[in-house]
Amino acid sequence: MEFNYEVEGGNFAKAGYAASSVKKVLKELNVDPKIIKRVVVALYEGEVNVVAHAYRGNIKVDIDTERIFIEIKDEGPGIPDINLAMQVGYSTASAMVREMGFGAGMGLPNMKRNADTLDISSSVGKGTVVELTTYLVK
Amino acid sequence: MKVTDIIEKLNLKVIAGAEGLQNKVTGGYTSDLLSDVMGNADEGQVWITLQTHRNVMAVASLKEVAAVIIVKGLEAEESTISQSNNEGIPLLSSDLETFELSGQLYQLLHP
Ligand SMILES: Nc1ncnc2c1ncn2[C@@H]1O[C@H](COP(=O)(O)OP(=O)(O)OP(=O)(O)O)[C@@H](O)[C@H]1O
Ligand SMILES: [Mg+2]
Repeated sequence: MEFNYEVEGGNFAKAGYAASSVKKVLKELNVDPKIIKRVVVALYEGEVNVVAHAYRGNIKVDIDTERIFIEIKDEGPGIPDINLAMQVGYSTASAMVREMGFGAGMGLPNMKRNADTLDISSSVGKGTVVELTTYLVK
Repeated sequence: MKVTDIIEKLNLKVIAGAEGLQNKVTGGYTSDLLSDVMGNADEGQVWITLQTHRNVMAVASLKEVAAVIIVKGLEAEESTISQSNNEGIPLLSSDLETFELSGQLYQLLHP
């Protein structure tokens, strides 16, 4: 089962749309609520990062009986130092974004904590690809 | 304890989301940082914040909090109000500041 969502950079009004849709799908599929919660946190943070930091992006969610695989691919400035970006509290968010309560530098750490695997590859000036996997059977 | 009980005891105003007034309250979480709430709040908690924009309701719904309380009598944006109604998660308001309101909610939940 595959689902695709488009994400617009800068459009905070729609931020969370993909996470909310995927949550409904997973509920209908009777996925363990604990797993749903984790997936939703990780996906929301990834989605908001595209809105807050990139120009546009695409989210692909692929669900089978064993795992949920999410790919968040954006066109944007990229991340020059991924290790630094992963640190709690590190953020380059604008003043406007911070005023809204984003930009705590907690999104990527939340993604790491709430996914079974997290892979980030990024190319400065081009964009970022974030891949998240959550296993349904342990 | 239900959302209606804390409304009465803490003298809160219901702005929107009346459908969820019977939600069970299991605790509280106070924060104005959305990723902090995303990462650390739990289902059934009441979220106390000074943020008034619609992303608050998006986070509230994803985390399934029992209700959101906006402090200092701040006014919620229209889009926040409509999303609260759509999601059925109560959006409440208090004239108190964050410190006082959090303290009162804590006392109420931990008598
Ligand atoms: N998709 C992306 N494109 C470009 N930069 C990114 C992207 N995702 C993250 N970053 C960079 O990594 C930093 C840390 O990201 P993280 O999600 O942890 O925090 P934040 O988005 O700044 O704040 P928060 O998520 O707490 O609201 C960002 O400030 C930004 O510099
Ligand atoms: Mg982020």
